[in-house]
Amino acid sequence: MSHSDSQSYPGINLGDIDPKQQQRVETVQFGFWVFIMSDLVYFGLMFAIYITMIDAQAGGPGPHDLFDLRSLFAQTVLLLTSSMTVGLASLALKYHLGLRRVYFWLVVTLLLGLGFLTLEIMDFMNMAAKGGVPQRSGFLSAFYGLVPLHGLHVATGCLWLVILMIQMRAIGVTDQIKSRLMRFGLFWHFLDLIWIGIFTIVYFGGLAYG
Amino acid sequence: MDDKHAEHARERSRYIRGFLFALALTMTAFGIGHLYGPQTRFVYLAIGVLGLLQLIVQLAYFLHIDRRRESREDLDLILFSTMVLLIIILGTVWILGDLHMRMHMGMEM
Repeated sequence: MSHSDSQSYPGINLGDIDPKQQQRVETVQFGFWVFIMSDLVYFGLMFAIYITMIDAQAGGPGPHDLFDLRSLFAQTVLLLTSSMTVGLASLALKYHLGLRRVYFWLVVTLLLGLGFLTLEIMDFMNMAAKGGVPQRSGFLSAFYGLVPLHGLHVATGCLWLVILMIQMRAIGVTDQIKSRLMRFGLFWHFLDLIWIGIFTIVYFGGLAYG
Repeated sequence: MDDKHAEHARERSRYIRGFLFALALTMTAFGIGHLYGPQTRFVYLAIGVLGLLQLIVQLAYFLHIDRRRESREDLDLILFSTMVLLIIILGTVWILGDLHMRMHMGMEM
């Protein structure tokens, strides 16, 4: 396998490290892909349950009473932007543009992630105020099983990012830290992919068929 | 060093282009959803297609998945998982949708 190719591995790549290390990193990275795909199957199940539950509103509040498209749009843009900034952070690391720039993009990513979570939690609180609580109907149980599951992933990602930055400060940018950042980037991009499914199927689908 | 510089610019512009594509697709989806309402049959179909396109754009520009030899293992993994996923989702929707329909029929009779 040629290592002169700048994008020899999908996701993020490390730039110049010795081939033996590269091999190890690629194995670990592939393992992480396997984890992500099993996580995807779990999300898929929740999507399937949601689709079958769209009609099961039991006289409770439905999508038209509960969903706020303006807030949804803001959340979508925040998450999408953070997906780009995590990519820029990895490029800054790969091309040795200085640690300051790496930290800058990682902090921007973290803030965008936290902004997303804030808006999402406000949405859930507004929904609950209108009587949209998980125990109200099958539709709402399925909604709260799926969307906050994604939110939980984002929250975990934020925590992971904080830990990663602390580690970068404490032990410096070793190959191991680089490979962890690669996996974080993969995880973060994956969450944005899930979010596309959520706003398309859960929100617009709910409004279309609910 | 100059080579590195050019490479960096190329990769950065790839992320930015991916972001702009995805943003345009998102705004189109929300725009037509807002203007016409997703209840209209073809509007929801269009939103679905836009979502699918955005998945592909993000996989290509952010996750660098393509048909090159180096990423083929990942592509295989993704395609296999997608197959499992489609069986799960379509199977569930089919069986439960069918059940739902029959139960309604029973109530009306």
